[in-house]
Amino acid sequence: MAAKPKLDYFCGRGRMESIRWLLAAAGVEFEEEFLETREQYEKLQKDGRLLFGQLPLVEIDGMVLSQTRAILSYLAAKYNLHGKDLKETVRINMYADGTLDLMTMAVLAAFKPPKEREEDFALIMKKAKSRYFPAFEKILKDHGEGFLVGNKFSWADIQLLEAILMVEELNASVLSDFPLLKAFKTRISNIPTIKKFLQPGSQRKPPPESHYVEVVRNILQL
Amino acid sequence: MAAKPKLCYFRGRGRMEPIRWLLAAAGVEFEEEFLETREQHEKLQKGGRLLFGQLPLVEIDGMVLTQTRAILSYLAAKDNLHGKDLKETVRIDKYADGTLDLMMMGALAAFKPPKEKEENLTLVMKKAKSRYFPVFEKILKDHGKGFLVGNKFSWADIQLLEAVLMAEELKASVLSDFPVLKAFKTRISNIPTIKKFLQPGSQRKPPPDSHYVEVVRNILQF
Repeated sequence: MAAKPKLDYFCGRGRMESIRWLLAAAGVEFEEEFLETREQYEKLQKDGRLLFGQLPLVEIDGMVLSQTRAILSYLAAKYNLHGKDLKETVRINMYADGTLDLMTMAVLAAFKPPKEREEDFALIMKKAKSRYFPAFEKILKDHGEGFLVGNKFSWADIQLLEAILMVEELNASVLSDFPLLKAFKTRISNIPTIKKFLQPGSQRKPPPESHYVEVVRNILQL
Repeated sequence: MAAKPKLCYFRGRGRMEPIRWLLAAAGVEFEEEFLETREQHEKLQKGGRLLFGQLPLVEIDGMVLTQTRAILSYLAAKDNLHGKDLKETVRIDKYADGTLDLMMMGALAAFKPPKEKEENLTLVMKKAKSRYFPVFEKILKDHGKGFLVGNKFSWADIQLLEAVLMAEELKASVLSDFPVLKAFKTRISNIPTIKKFLQPGSQRKPPPDSHYVEVVRNILQF
């Protein structure tokens, strides 16, 4: 039996959370090693396992992978969460890349001083409501299907749900103008593997708070 | 005969240049529509062709694509510049994603005020010399083959050459400590399609200058 994938990261969302979502949605059990000290990080660096000196790091199928998008794309292909052909796959990639941009803004905002952070969150809300969510509402409306691409559950759906939930944490009423996204959110949340991931006690991580930010700053010496 | 791909962007490198490189390396002829005025940009926006309101935009195979990485991945797969299997492909993605990060730092630096621009470009050089180039030097040295992955020309090789040339524009002697990369640069530059792209008069764009920055600022209003 193949070894479980192993995720190396801080004990928080950051750039690893989308990877956790994908694995969980695919029903793949995974292990996690949490970086808590500068020494652990320096050891990873010295061991040469961080390709460009950066996290996240995922050990899977005998490989040591870094670069978030490369990892996500691999997992999507491996676990049948990509398109049936190249044309579907490029659409999934486009949608996932967009939501990843939005969520990365939130990852980075946590590390800003309070005033800048508030401004960044306001910008995230603005982009979600005026740029990203309208695009996805239209996509779902135009084809009338349950999933974003090819009438099949894919990486794009998982990541859109993740983005919606993240933005709702900033403003609970953000979906008020997007009825199809509301229905999408309910529908995707009820997929058994995702429902399980949304339960307390799963490997899903909470939003970043000051303790997490401090730990990461200390480790990366930001 | 299929229509040529059409690229819609400013008349400069920015986020479109890696796409131009990939098409050129694959020997694919393409057309370009250059954005020169705010009105053109607003028309694009109103026309609903910019999925998340952003460039670059590529029309290909009956599709309207945005999101740089999604486009690059599609072209690589379509033009036989990806891996022979998923494991090779994830390695190509990792390497390409890393070089893209480096080049985007360079692309964004152009839009900063002079002092910040100098600091950013210094950081680009530092990362190239201490993080990215040593890694690629080691990869090539370890397997002793001519291409980064699978002994086959791929997207990763094209993008590494592009990154090397960009770094050399900042400092001509940047490869002085990397003999294997020097040889790689010569070898890849001599591939006929790439050699042609490196000639004057090709669709390759020059480094950003103050005029380009002004045009883009005016169009995007920032």
